[in-house]
Amino acid sequence: MSNLHKAEAHGVSPVLEVRDLSVSLVGDNSIGVVRCVSFAVRPGETVCVVGESGSGKSVTSFAVMGLLSPNELACSGGEILLEGENVLQAGPERLRALRASTMAMIFQEPMSALNPVETVGKQIEEVLSIHKNQSKRERRERVLAMLEAVHLPDPKRIYNSYPHQLSGGQRQRVVICIALILEPKLLIADEPTTALDVTTQKQILLLIRELQEKHNTAVLFITHDFGVVADIADRVVVMNRGEVVEVGSREQILSAPRERYTRMLISSVPSLQPEPREPNDNEIVLAVSGLSKTYDQRRFWKKEHVVHAAADIDLTLRKGEILAVVGESGSGKSTVARCIVRLQDPSAREITICGENMATVRGQALHQMRKRVQMVFQDPFRSLNPRVSVGESIIEGLINFGTPHKTACQRARDLMHLVGLPADALERFPHQFSGGQRQRICIARALAPEPDVLIADEAVSALDVSVQAQVLALLDDIRMKTSVGVLFITHDLRVAAQICDTIMVMRQGRMVEFGPAAEILTAPRQAYTQALLDAAPGRHWDFQKFGPIQ
Amino acid sequence: MISYILKRVIATLPVMLMVAIVVFAILRLTPGDPAAILAGDDASGEQLERIRQMMGLDQPILTQLYVWVRQLLTGDLGVSLLSNTPVIQMIGARVGPTLSLALSTIIFTVLVAVPMGVIAARRPGGWLDRTVMTFSVLGFSIPTFVVGYLLIYWLALKLGWFPVQGYAPLAKGVWPYAQRLILPTLALSGIYIALVARMTRSSVMDVMGEDFIRTARAKGATEWSVLLRHALRNAAVPIVTVIGIGIASLITGVVVTESVFNLPGLGRLVVEAVLARDYPVIQGLILLFSFTYILINLLVDVLYTAFDPRIRY
Repeated sequence: MSNLHKAEAHGVSPVLEVRDLSVSLVGDNSIGVVRCVSFAVRPGETVCVVGESGSGKSVTSFAVMGLLSPNELACSGGEILLEGENVLQAGPERLRALRASTMAMIFQEPMSALNPVETVGKQIEEVLSIHKNQSKRERRERVLAMLEAVHLPDPKRIYNSYPHQLSGGQRQRVVICIALILEPKLLIADEPTTALDVTTQKQILLLIRELQEKHNTAVLFITHDFGVVADIADRVVVMNRGEVVEVGSREQILSAPRERYTRMLISSVPSLQPEPREPNDNEIVLAVSGLSKTYDQRRFWKKEHVVHAAADIDLTLRKGEILAVVGESGSGKSTVARCIVRLQDPSAREITICGENMATVRGQALHQMRKRVQMVFQDPFRSLNPRVSVGESIIEGLINFGTPHKTACQRARDLMHLVGLPADALERFPHQFSGGQRQRICIARALAPEPDVLIADEAVSALDVSVQAQVLALLDDIRMKTSVGVLFITHDLRVAAQICDTIMVMRQGRMVEFGPAAEILTAPRQAYTQALLDAAPGRHWDFQKFGPIQ
Repeated sequence: MISYILKRVIATLPVMLMVAIVVFAILRLTPGDPAAILAGDDASGEQLERIRQMMGLDQPILTQLYVWVRQLLTGDLGVSLLSNTPVIQMIGARVGPTLSLALSTIIFTVLVAVPMGVIAARRPGGWLDRTVMTFSVLGFSIPTFVVGYLLIYWLALKLGWFPVQGYAPLAKGVWPYAQRLILPTLALSGIYIALVARMTRSSVMDVMGEDFIRTARAKGATEWSVLLRHALRNAAVPIVTVIGIGIASLITGVVVTESVFNLPGLGRLVVEAVLARDYPVIQGLILLFSFTYILINLLVDVLYTAFDPRIRY
């Protein structure tokens, strides 16, 4: 920050200046994917470009790097000035020389951003061999120093490792090495922490900040997460449908946005402060005790290796209650859900749903139990059969359980009304709906057989914040109207705070903490829960009230 | 790595035994008396009995199997009914031309087809790509013997660059050896070049859509370096698979090509043995070809791990 103020005070010229940039589909100039976008990034400054999916934020960043896929998108107007040089005019050779040395990029998914069949050391070294005339030994030493600088343990071992042998956070550190080894003036970070767990995200954000301060790098940070914006941005560019809605300092955008769209977007971010909830003493619809699931890998020669995906999980869910199962990736939260619906068979267990044991039923009895528990999945684009009409998807379960066709259709129409979609949606096919609408359809489908328990596995994670807010409101509404018990699996504490009565925190297959949402989120007893809360980006900001949390 | 290869080798042993038993069974399961089939229609009872004894058919079936496997382990494949020479010697005498033809075809295919595929994948839809794809369709659709006769007509008869047919062992000098291999190799490679070039093109194109290709470009790597260093090695596994399958099916191709170019190889031996109903020779050849298949599969599996460090069984 101090660097930034110095830069502004001395009137330092920006590292990157985008002027009236337009990007359109190849062969059709009339369709602008990005239209007349302008902003600037100065040395030492972090500019966050924030927007929902389809806003053109990633396209803009790829245009700067000259990495738009040549057969699909092309810049159709404006200029991109990198230290005063228009990169849109630069030939392929010049562009290659600028990449990594003057402008560099880190990507969303570190696993796929690295070549899986080459050691990470060689991949970092490649940058040096492209741009510098150094001996093999010098290159190797520089790479090891860089691995050290991004705080990777045992750089020599990491140097010879393949990407699949590293964790997600370590891989992203390697990608950062590749981007920053030549100390570029501009770093473009395209959602670099979206695929990472919160605690890892916090470390990566700190690392980017540390390296930025060391070399006074200008950072263009693409994100959809206002929490991250609140933590790292100096200035913010809000984009929507290919256009810049608003540009301003972090304080101005977060506390006094001028545009209605920005205001809507920011107020959609769920608050970490749980709303006060009435204690729920309805009857118990789901009781799980001692649920365990182990996977063992049997090898031909070696002895088997046992993984405890879930160990000794106890939980109870009451009518009309929303229980969040919160944890990072690999914590076993989805395993618990899958065992309860019996998509997987638990290893040791007792799962009682309205008094009947779900864990051991088989055959016809299991079939009958299926309608008591229904599930909503993460990705609404893949969880609906694209060749079956929405109506048929919804009534399929009912028909399977012997409901007459006419009654089932009537129920489907009622459900459409319940989830806020028009009844004629039943005739249409999934591809004709947006992501949020599809998730509504999935919820309607799950509710069709009037289940006692609804399991939502990361059901809002794939949705943009504004749509997410609507779907969360819908779930809350449905809970009130139908008093179904909801088991809500999520990695996002904000979402949990928004709609849950109780929270269970999981880590490495074990339950860390279980209790009322207000208690867990404001006065956690376990250090791990506290660490999760601390890592949640933007935890000091109340987005709905446009001010810091009191 | 070594332990992995060792494991794979040990795992092929039961497969080889199965093959041996099946080959053994083929003759025994043939309807009627194999000795009668071997002896022909006008053999006397005494002759039949002699053949039975010679083949060990008067022994119990398990004893026969035991003897057969034991013979195999010592490399004894029996004696040809027609020429009375040991089968193993006959194979030894004919293996040279076939092995030469197969090796030269594989090497030529890989050297030509992989670069063709990469060049085609560089600009999908460009003129180079379309040329490669056209050639590939031709390679698939024109039968080997047609290509063979066309090459003979044009390069051997018209231009006189190569001999029309025949084979010269390496001992007679490199040029005579190579001169007689070039035409059969060209004829036989066509279809494999088509196959491997197509596979290389499509799997390189698949890889070119991956995120790490974008990372490589963001590093400032040249397009050739992106193609060769990052894309090709990641595309290697399907390419190696197809080459492996190609080699396995080469054996059929060899039979035709050897007939067209009159090469005294194993393909011709198969034809001769089948026509003469020389069962021990047929048995020996089936065994040899099966073992070759198994070895090629083993080799392909080992190559996978060399190309992709994620593959560990």
